Amino acid sequence: MKGLLVKDGFVFDPMNNVAGEKMDIAICNGKIVEKIDNCGVIDASGMTVMPGGVDLHSHIAGSKVNSGRLLRPEDHYKDVERKTPVTRSGVGYSIPSTFTTGYRYARMGWTTVMDPAMAPLKAKHTHEELNDTPILDKGSYPLLGSNWFVLEHLRAKEYKDAAAYVAWIMRATKGYAIKLVNPGGLEAWGFGRNVRDIDDPVPNFDITPREIIQGLCKVNQLLSMPHTIHVHTNNLGKPGNYTATLETMKSVENLANNGKPNIHLTHCQFSAFAGEDWRSFRSGSEEIAKYVNDHTHVTLDLGQIVFTNTTTMTADGPFQFILYQMTGNKWVNNDVEIETSSGIVPFQYKRKNYVHAIQWTIGLELALQIRDPWKVFITTDHPNAGPFTAYPRIVAWLMSRKARDEIMKKINKKARARALLPSIDREYTLDEIAIATRAGQAKILGLENKGHLGMGADADIAIYNINPEKKDLASNPKAIRRAFSNAAYTIKAGEIVVKDGEITKSVVGRTYWTNVKASPSLLEIEPELQEVFEEYYTVKFDNYIVPNHHLSAANPITVEGRV
Amino acid sequence: MTLILKLKKKLSAPVSAECISPDTFAGKQESEIAGLTLWEGNRKRQLSEIFEVEGISGSSPSETTIHIKGDLSKTRRIGAGMTEGRIVIQGNGGMHIGEEMKGGTILVEGNAGSWLGSAMKGGVIEVKRNAGDYIGGAHRGSTKGMRGGVIIVHGNAGSEAGSHMRKGLIKIFGDADQFAGIYMKDGTIVVHGNSRGRLGAFMTSGKIVVCGKAESVLPTFSIDKINRKTKIHGDEIAGPFYVFVGDLAEHGNGKLYLSQTENEHLKSVELFL
Repeated sequence: MKGLLVKDGFVFDPMNNVAGEKMDIAICNGKIVEKIDNCGVIDASGMTVMPGGVDLHSHIAGSKVNSGRLLRPEDHYKDVERKTPVTRSGVGYSIPSTFTTGYRYARMGWTTVMDPAMAPLKAKHTHEELNDTPILDKGSYPLLGSNWFVLEHLRAKEYKDAAAYVAWIMRATKGYAIKLVNPGGLEAWGFGRNVRDIDDPVPNFDITPREIIQGLCKVNQLLSMPHTIHVHTNNLGKPGNYTATLETMKSVENLANNGKPNIHLTHCQFSAFAGEDWRSFRSGSEEIAKYVNDHTHVTLDLGQIVFTNTTTMTADGPFQFILYQMTGNKWVNNDVEIETSSGIVPFQYKRKNYVHAIQWTIGLELALQIRDPWKVFITTDHPNAGPFTAYPRIVAWLMSRKARDEIMKKINKKARARALLPSIDREYTLDEIAIATRAGQAKILGLENKGHLGMGADADIAIYNINPEKKDLASNPKAIRRAFSNAAYTIKAGEIVVKDGEITKSVVGRTYWTNVKASPSLLEIEPELQEVFEEYYTVKFDNYIVPNHHLSAANPITVEGRV
Repeated sequence: MTLILKLKKKLSAPVSAECISPDTFAGKQESEIAGLTLWEGNRKRQLSEIFEVEGISGSSPSETTIHIKGDLSKTRRIGAGMTEGRIVIQGNGGMHIGEEMKGGTILVEGNAGSWLGSAMKGGVIEVKRNAGDYIGGAHRGSTKGMRGGVIIVHGNAGSEAGSHMRKGLIKIFGDADQFAGIYMKDGTIVVHGNSRGRLGAFMTSGKIVVCGKAESVLPTFSIDKINRKTKIHGDEIAGPFYVFVGDLAEHGNGKLYLSQTENEHLKSVELFL
C-alpha cells in the first residue's frame, strides 16, 4: 500500500465546494482517501493545493503535429532540453517533442491533456505519440464533421446508423469524443472549395453544416458520450464570423437535455470576430458572452493568443490556405482521403499589429464577460494561439488587471482605443482559476475521477507556491506567473513527479477512449463498411483498426449507447 | 590584450565552442577561462582539457583579442553572438563561425566551414581561404538570414551563399557554387570569380554582382539593361554588366549584374533590349 499525505495546504476544490480551506489530503494507491497513517508527508503549509490541471484542447500528438515538427527546425533550435537521470532529452518550443510535452505540462501542474484532432486514418500514429507522452493522462477526438459515412447517414436522417458508425469509429480509432472542424467545409476543400456559412450546402452531399452539427449532437446523445460534441466553427478566422458562431450555438439550443451542455465551442477567440474586413475588424466577444450568459447548453474554451512566434495547425485546410496566402510563410496542406483535411503555417503574433492586438483582447474579454467560470476554460489551442507553456501568463492576466494593463500599454494604438477590455475590472479568484483550468474542464469532459479532490478521485494534485492569505495576488502578477510556471509539487496517481519545477519521476499516463456498449453488436455494420473501404480507401480495412495492444495503457470508459 | 588558445589534440567528435568569444572571456582570469565548460560530442569538458590557455584577456570585450591555433574544423559556433573584440583562427575553422554575431571582427587564416556568419547582424568576418555552404545564411528552416555586417572570403564559397539574406555585404574573391543569393530579400553579394549558376532563385530584392562567368541564368529572370559599371558601398566595379531583374516567379525586384565580357554565352539576351 502506497500512501502520501499532503498536509496543511490551502485547498481549492471547486467541485466539492472547497475554496481555500486549510486541510489535509490523503492518498492511497493512487486515489484520494479519507485517512491514511504511516506514510510520507508533504508539508504544504502556506501553499495552494489544487487538483491536477486538465486541458481539453491541445494539439500534442498525431501526424499533423509531427509534420509541424518537421516543417520547423528553427522552432527547436534555441529550445533544447538536456537529458537528466529521469528524463529524456527533447526540444521545444511551439511544437515540443512528445517527451518534452509531458514534462512541461507536469512542471506547470497539469496532468490530463486531450489531443483534439485525430484523423481516423492516422489514429495509429496519434496513439504511438500519445504512448510516448509521459506522465499525462490523455485522449484524442476523431474528426467526424466531414466524414463521408457520417454525411451520408445524416443526409438520409438515419441517426441510429450514424450513431452505430460513430460508436464503431470510437472503438476502431480508440477515440474519446466527437470532433467537428468546419463541418462540411473540409469535404468541400477536397474539391478546392469551402462552405460560406452554416446554411451553405456541402457540394456533392446536399447537406448543410447546420444539419451536420444537429445530427452529430443527436448522435452524441444517443450514445451517451462522456463529452459533448467538440466544435470548431465554420468561417473560423474570418472577420464577421461571430454571427456564424451564434448560429452554431442556436442550432442545438432545442436539443438540450435538462439544461445540460450539449455543445462545446473550442478556441472561441478565433470565432468571435466582428467587422466586414480586416480594416473594420473588431471584437464580437460581447455578443457571444451575452448568449452564453443567457443559455446553459454551451461551454467554450478561449484559444487565448500570446504575442510570440508559434505554429498554426488545424484540420481546417481551407482556413490554413487563407493564412498561407496572408503570410506567405512556408506551409503544409493535406487532404485525408474521405475523412478530413489539415494544414500548417508558422505564425508570428505581434503586439503592434492591429488585428493581433484585437485578437488578444477578444480572448480575455470572453473569459471576463462570461460570468460563470464553469462555462469558459483557459486554453491557447496549443500551438495555434501560442504554446501551452503560456498558461501561467494567461492565468496572471485573468487574475490581475495590473498585468493586463501592462500589456495594454504596449499594443497597437488603434486597437487600444477600440478595445473593450480596459473597461472590464473583473479579476479571477484562485477558486475561479481552479474551475477554468481543472474542475470545469474535467466536468465537461465527463472524467469523473479528474478535476476534484473528493474521495475516490485520482490522486492528481498540483501544489503551487502561493499563499492566498499573505499575498495580494492581483497586485503581484509576477508571483502568479512564477508559481504556475514551476509547481512546487505535481502528484500524478499518487506519485510525486515534480518537485520545485523539476521532474523527479517519469510515469506512464493512461489513454482514455470511449467504449460504446451497443446492441445489436457493432460488428454487424462491419461488412457494409468493408465494401466502402474496398472502393475508396488506400488502406485495408484490417489495417485501419487500432488494436488494443497498440495503446501502452488503455483506459476505456464504457457507456451504454442506444443504437 | 591577447589570449592564446592552442589545440591540445586532434579532435574526432564535434566540439560545441560558443564560449570562445570576447564577450565571455573579457574580465576573466586565465584560470577562470580554463574552467569554462564546452561539449565534446556528448561529453562535458573544461576548456583546458581541449586547449592550452595562455595570456590575459582585456577588461572589456572590445579590448580582448583571442588567437586560436590548430585545426579547428571539428569545432562549432566559435564567436557566436559576439558583440565586440577580435578572434583570429590560425588554421581551419569549423561550422557556424560568428553565428548571430553583432559586432567585432573574426579572421580565419585557413578554410572556414559552412554557415559562416549565419544570421549575423553586424561585424566583419574575413576568411583567407575557402568557405563552406550557406555563408551568411539562415538557420535551417528560418527565413532570417544575415541582417548586417560584412563577410569577405578570399577563396571560393560553397552553395547557397547569402540565403535569406536581408542586409549587409558578402564579398567572394574566388568562385561561388550554385544558388548564391537564394531567397535573398536585400543586401549585396559580389562574386569576383565565376558562379556555377542558378543565382538569386526566389530573390525578391537585393543585388548580386558576378565579375566572372555565370554558368546559367534562371528563366525567371529577365534582361533589363546593360550598365558600364556598378557601385558597391562606394567602391566602383568596372563592367560592362548585363542587368537582369527577378525572381519574377516571386514578383521580385532583385538585380543580377553579370559581366558582359565574361558571359558571351548570354549574348542572345541582347536581342530583347
